[in-house]
Amino acid sequence: MNTFPRFFTFAAPSRFYRLAGLMVPWLYGLAAVLAIAGLYTGFFVAPTDATQGESYRIIFVHVPAAWMSMVLYLVMAGWAAVGWAFNARLASMVSRAIAPTGAAFTFLALWTGAFWGKPTWGAWWVWDARLTSELILLFLYLGYMALVEAIDDVRRADQAGALLAVVGAVNVPIIYFSVRWWNTLHQGASISMTAAPKMAQTMVSAMLIMTFCFWAYAFAVIFVRTRAIVLERERQTDWVRSLPGGAV
Amino acid sequence: MNWGSASEFFAMGGYGLYVWGSYAVVAVWMLYEPFATRRRHKEALQQIHHELSRKDTL
Repeated sequence: MNTFPRFFTFAAPSRFYRLAGLMVPWLYGLAAVLAIAGLYTGFFVAPTDATQGESYRIIFVHVPAAWMSMVLYLVMAGWAAVGWAFNARLASMVSRAIAPTGAAFTFLALWTGAFWGKPTWGAWWVWDARLTSELILLFLYLGYMALVEAIDDVRRADQAGALLAVVGAVNVPIIYFSVRWWNTLHQGASISMTAAPKMAQTMVSAMLIMTFCFWAYAFAVIFVRTRAIVLERERQTDWVRSLPGGAV
Repeated sequence: MNWGSASEFFAMGGYGLYVWGSYAVVAVWMLYEPFATRRRHKEALQQIHHELSRKDTL
C-alpha cells in the first residue's frame, strides 16, 4: 500500500498543472525533431511504391492520424470513465482536453484518405465500412464535445459525456477490424504484429517516426489544453490564486 | 535520393495536388492548434488576474 498515495499524487490538479507545464516545451521539441526525421525518411529515403507511385506518400500522415484518432478516443473514454467512477476531477478535465485533438486527427485521417482515394480509387469518398465507421468516430467526438458544453453543471456534464464516450467506444474495434469483417474497398492493415511487413522497411520506419511525432504533439497540445481547463474550473481555489503571476 | 530536381519533387510524379493537398491541411492544423490552446491558457490566466485585481479594489 506504500506506493498507493504516490500513484495518485499527480491526480491533484495543482501537481499536474506544474508537471505538465514543465513537459510541454520538451514534447513540442521532440515532435519537431521527429517531424523532420519522419518527413525526411518519407520523402527522401523511402522508395517510390511499385503500384501506387508517389501518391502512397500520403500514408505517412494518413495512417498515424487514423491511429491517433482511435487511440485518443479510447484514452478519452477511459479518463471520462475514471472521472465518473472515482469522482476524479482531473480525469474528466483530461478527457475534455483530448476531444478536440482527437476530432482533428479523425478529420485529418478522412481528409488525407480522400486525397489518397481520388487518384487511387477514382473517388474522394465511398461508403466503405472503414470510411463510414471513421466518419461515425468524428460524429462521436463532436457529439461528446457538444454534450459537455451544453450542460451548465460541469460535473453533470462530465458524467453525461462519460456515458456517451464509453458507449461510443464500441465503434473503435469496428473501425479497426472493418477491413477484415467486410470485404469493401479500403485496403488491409498496413502494419501487422503477426505477419511479416508487406512494405519496404524504410516506408514502415517513416510511418512509425511520424506516429511518434503525432504522439508527442498530442501530449503537448492536450497538456496545454488541460492546463487551461484546470485554470478555468479551479480559479476559486487557493492554489490557483497563489500561482506566480496569478495573484497581484 | 528519389528526386532529380526541385520541380520533380513538387510534381510528386503527377500526384502533387493530392500529396501536397494532404500535407498542407495537416500542417496548417498542427501549427494552428498549439497556438489556439496556448491562447486559451493565457486567457484563463488573465481572467484570474482580472478577478483578483477587481476584488482588491472593492
